[in-house]
Amino acid sequence: MNVMYFAWVRERIGMPQEQIETQAATVAELVAELTAREERYAAAFADISALRVALDQELAEFDAPLSGVQEVAFFPPMTGG
Amino acid sequence: MIIRVQSDPFDVGATLNSFAQDRRDIGAVVSFTGVVRDTQDDLHEMQIEHYPGMTESAIKTIAQDAVSRWRLADILVIHRYGNLKPGAPIMMVATAAAHRVAAFEAADFMMDYLKSRAPFWKKEITQAGASWVASKDADEDALKRW
Repeated sequence: MNVMYFAWVRERIGMPQEQIETQAATVAELVAELTAREERYAAAFADISALRVALDQELAEFDAPLSGVQEVAFFPPMTGG
Repeated sequence: MIIRVQSDPFDVGATLNSFAQDRRDIGAVVSFTGVVRDTQDDLHEMQIEHYPGMTESAIKTIAQDAVSRWRLADILVIHRYGNLKPGAPIMMVATAAAHRVAAFEAADFMMDYLKSRAPFWKKEITQAGASWVASKDADEDALKRW
């Protein structure tokens, strides 16, 4: 699946997006998998309460299933307007 | 319904003048313009990042909610991304309705939702360095009004 990062999440991980092959069943499992991978992911995902997630461009919860999802995006709370 | 997400500047006056100009069934047009603020006189520029695709669909969903809830005749949202200088318009919302209360409320609703449900992120570049603008609890609380 395509995993995208925005704002300071993108800066901490050091790239805007990447293709990831995963068996993670939920967003939370994907976060745990990424966090275990490298320090920069752990830094980005240190405080989940400070993050939001979108699945196929719709806001979702961290316990949401990933089945059938093509695109996951992680970002801080939005500051539009 | 007009929704534009663009890096180019836009002319607030010309946009407002052409908005809903052919409608004879409306009695009220309300507009809001968001501007890059520099209260400390140290802002070099504001960098606005967004999520192409989700941005447009999120704005459209919010605008459709406003149209059906306040029975708007028309609605317009323009939101810029990229590097903006202090004083530059960031975005504008305009609503057209038969009566003013609907137009005012719908514009207020749009701003509350665009603030925390449209995927934009702002970074301020000042003389002291760069920092991401944090969301406020009040922004989330504002949604409960609706």
